[in-house]
Amino acid sequence: MTNNQITNQDVQHLAKLVSLPLTDDRLNKLVDQITTTFEYINTLQAIDTDSTQETNQVTGLENIMREDVVEESRMLSQNQALQNAKHTHNGYFLVPAILE
Amino acid sequence: MLLDLSLQKLLAGYRDNSIDPVEVIREAYHNIENHSQELNTLITVRDQAETLAYLKTLNKTLPLYGLPYVLKDSYATTELRTTSASKILDDYLSLYDATVHRKLKDAGAILIAKGNQDAWGHGASTENSDYGMGKNPWDPTRVVGGSSGGPAAAVITRMCAFAIGEDTGGSIRNPAAWNNISGLRVTYGRVSRYGCISYASSMDTVGPFAKSVEDLALVLSVIAGVDKYDATTSPKPVDDYLASLATSPVKLRIGIAPEMFADRLDSEIATNTKDFADKLASLGHELVDISLPVAKMSLATYYILAPSETSSNLGRYDGIRYGGTRALFTQESMRRIMMGSYELSSGYYDAYYRKALKIRTLLLQTFQDAFSKCDVILLPENPVMPPLLGDLIGDPLANMLADLYNTPVSLVGSPSLVIPSGFHKNGLPIGVQLVGPKFSESLLLALGHQYQQNTAWHTRSPQL
Amino acid sequence: MTYQLICGAEIHVELKTKSKMFCGCKNDPFHAAKPNIYTCPVCLGMPGALPVPNKQAIEDCILIGLALGCKIAKVSKFDRKHYFYPDLPKGYQISQYDEPFCFEGLVKTSFGPVRITRVHMEEDTAKMHHETVDGKKVSLIDFNRSSVPLVEIVTEPDIKSPEQAKEFLKKVRDIIRTLGVADCDMEKGGMRLEANISLSRDLSAQAGGNLPNYKVEVKNINSFRFFANALTTEFARHSEILDRGEVPVQETRGYRSDTSTTVSQRVKEDAADYRYFPDPDIPPIVISNAWLTKIKSRLPELPTSKIEYLIALGVVESTAKIIVANQVMMEYLDQVKTLDPKMVSQAAKDLVNKKVDYQKLSPEEYLKTKSVSKITDKSILRPIIEKILSDNPIAVADYKAGKQNAFGFFVGAVIKATSGQADPKTVHNILTASLSI
Repeated sequence: MTNNQITNQDVQHLAKLVSLPLTDDRLNKLVDQITTTFEYINTLQAIDTDSTQETNQVTGLENIMREDVVEESRMLSQNQALQNAKHTHNGYFLVPAILE
Repeated sequence: MLLDLSLQKLLAGYRDNSIDPVEVIREAYHNIENHSQELNTLITVRDQAETLAYLKTLNKTLPLYGLPYVLKDSYATTELRTTSASKILDDYLSLYDATVHRKLKDAGAILIAKGNQDAWGHGASTENSDYGMGKNPWDPTRVVGGSSGGPAAAVITRMCAFAIGEDTGGSIRNPAAWNNISGLRVTYGRVSRYGCISYASSMDTVGPFAKSVEDLALVLSVIAGVDKYDATTSPKPVDDYLASLATSPVKLRIGIAPEMFADRLDSEIATNTKDFADKLASLGHELVDISLPVAKMSLATYYILAPSETSSNLGRYDGIRYGGTRALFTQESMRRIMMGSYELSSGYYDAYYRKALKIRTLLLQTFQDAFSKCDVILLPENPVMPPLLGDLIGDPLANMLADLYNTPVSLVGSPSLVIPSGFHKNGLPIGVQLVGPKFSESLLLALGHQYQQNTAWHTRSPQL
Repeated sequence: MTYQLICGAEIHVELKTKSKMFCGCKNDPFHAAKPNIYTCPVCLGMPGALPVPNKQAIEDCILIGLALGCKIAKVSKFDRKHYFYPDLPKGYQISQYDEPFCFEGLVKTSFGPVRITRVHMEEDTAKMHHETVDGKKVSLIDFNRSSVPLVEIVTEPDIKSPEQAKEFLKKVRDIIRTLGVADCDMEKGGMRLEANISLSRDLSAQAGGNLPNYKVEVKNINSFRFFANALTTEFARHSEILDRGEVPVQETRGYRSDTSTTVSQRVKEDAADYRYFPDPDIPPIVISNAWLTKIKSRLPELPTSKIEYLIALGVVESTAKIIVANQVMMEYLDQVKTLDPKMVSQAAKDLVNKKVDYQKLSPEEYLKTKSVSKITDKSILRPIIEKILSDNPIAVADYKAGKQNAFGFFVGAVIKATSGQADPKTVHNILTASLSI
């Protein structure tokens, strides 16, 4: 995209990847909006970062881990776990069959 | 109004029985009934009888005893639903409490309502909400700001004693300034995010809104600290923020970056910020020139990292274990999710996400250099006054540019205090940003408090 | 046209930590009495929940890497791997992408080494099964297994035959079991196998040589035997396609144990776009020398080195393998070694051939039965010795003429005549006396 235009096909492919159902109207609008935004973002390419390291953690923290103990206080009962689901069956969450 | 009093005064009144906490809560509900629906400030309000019954169970000696608060609707609460202002979670009732909510409850405070916001944090105006566009109490034809618009408005209209917002790219700072209240973006990792619906995990912060810096300090002292459920919280001990207000800071170097006052900044806001600087100088502080040519590149970088991380964080909303279908995402939210997926996709990861992480390193260096020359950086908060409803949401670029002065701070994880600094000739409030090095909340609060002891902007509230 | 099998394996192992990978839920999905009883906001992917990694699981993963000969990263991190599926609650799996805990290892087999590309840490998905409810086909999901710690072991395409595959897989399983970090029970889903298979025309296409342009992934393999079968059936299937001048479709296939064949599941693109990026919720893991040393101290003696140790003591390899697989026998033999190292080989034979009831007989008692009491009674020995001397007059004359080694001949003859029971010292004394006359 750095030099090309983002196409309807690109957006459709991505929408599928992230499971977003798109109407045609939405699709067209999105292509325009995303194109405009990327024009702004692409200005970053002019900044030289060849010898710069990445920072993905600003905290500077390391090795934050937990001990291997079972913590009953946070565990949910079966009812609680299923409480917010729209479809359940015999203690399971239910979805229409996934066709392989 | 009783809710015009500071938190310390209210608590003192509760303890010596000169103020009845029931009256304060009744006053809050009265204000809610009068204004919330019109202004779309709140999404869910707790039943008044339930709230008053809960008050009776509390111990008077608790540090925030009886004080009613509003949480942005992105915080998990077991008492009220959590929607994040999206129809996807319209009927979602969390089975656990966010750490910030638990801490406030343990301190004796009372949840009164969940505040309106831009859905999922996506916005700077509270227009991107499935529960009505949030309106500015100072001028209801204009936006209230965002994404934590609801909680900010709730404080200024006395629907609560204080509120908790969430700041990723300016979501506390922006509405604090546009509503004439004080808001604090903490150092990343100072307050636990456990239970806060994630927008951009590497930049999300949990922070307070209040009428004054003094009130902020009290709330911060309760909510700050390490949390074993959030691996990004800092184990650094929590300062005594209230104690740090007692001593006025002396001869601080206030850094001002000429680059930040360049294009696209409303001229009255520019003047106001300079007046603020002069006031600090009159209080004995020194104004120094610093170099911070970061606004544009920060915005572009933020709009790589934030959409990328949000596209990931919103993957869990598939309607299976809770919530509704993904078709319910708004246009604005879909746009951010799509952008983010594009930026992370194979072939583009290096040009976008990886590039953004490198720019972040450059920004950290720039800020580090700036802080070697000054103690606090003064920045404008908003580049513009609150637009008319509908203007911002339809214009993605304008929407982005609203965060011009916020995103540099968000990317490096520094704390930033926003306080009222005056009024525009159109009658709307203006706020400024005071930015400090990591974990310098005490310093920022002390400076902000000193300013508020010598000015009265923060005491004004809108005629409703 | 002759072809060479080229196969890499992907093994997933469920660790038997007490709690899950990123939360404190109980880690026991197989024995859970009901579905969805070991869950919490974190492993259910609820709004606002955050992961905190399990230290024990990380150490167990590094331990496995060490036992498979891997190098251990100094700095490692977790990454998010994105795809949509109902069994993946967050819409991404927390896994490792470019900085795994362990890399570049090696496992020896009798057919040659199999290089280990990497060993990394990730979280398991929920369990789905299909049913018909109210006349409709549905999938039912149980999150007891969601976020259980999973170690993934990936090999280079060094496996060249079904036999090598079986040996390799058994060896890896035995090593992991010895470490005590996982049960590797395939029936319980504790160990899962996938094969990446292709054929090459080039007979010298060993690891590192030219690889062909396609790869078929085979899943749903529930035992080592089925893994080997899958290789055999795929070899035949690919050969037939290649013979026709075509290339097998790059896809994922499922193994069918009832027919010992594979069936197509879905076409595999070059790489699914998982949109990996470092998980911002989890700070990096830095493995210091001190920490690594502490983990290394947990390495027990592994089966391979035990076998070599017994071989050095004179035990035959096939016998050694049986002993090493049996903890009780191994300890018994260790004690025999302490008492009399020369008896180890014999004891090993007797143990394996069930000639000694090691439950009833202690090592000391066993050795006593083996060491027959020697005859020292001169009244028994003298006549025997006298007979040997009178039967061999020339040897006696040689000895008296100065040939010293005739003496050894007489000793040997006495031992033989007494079926090894004569006490050598007594024999020596009597002979010396008799010959000096």
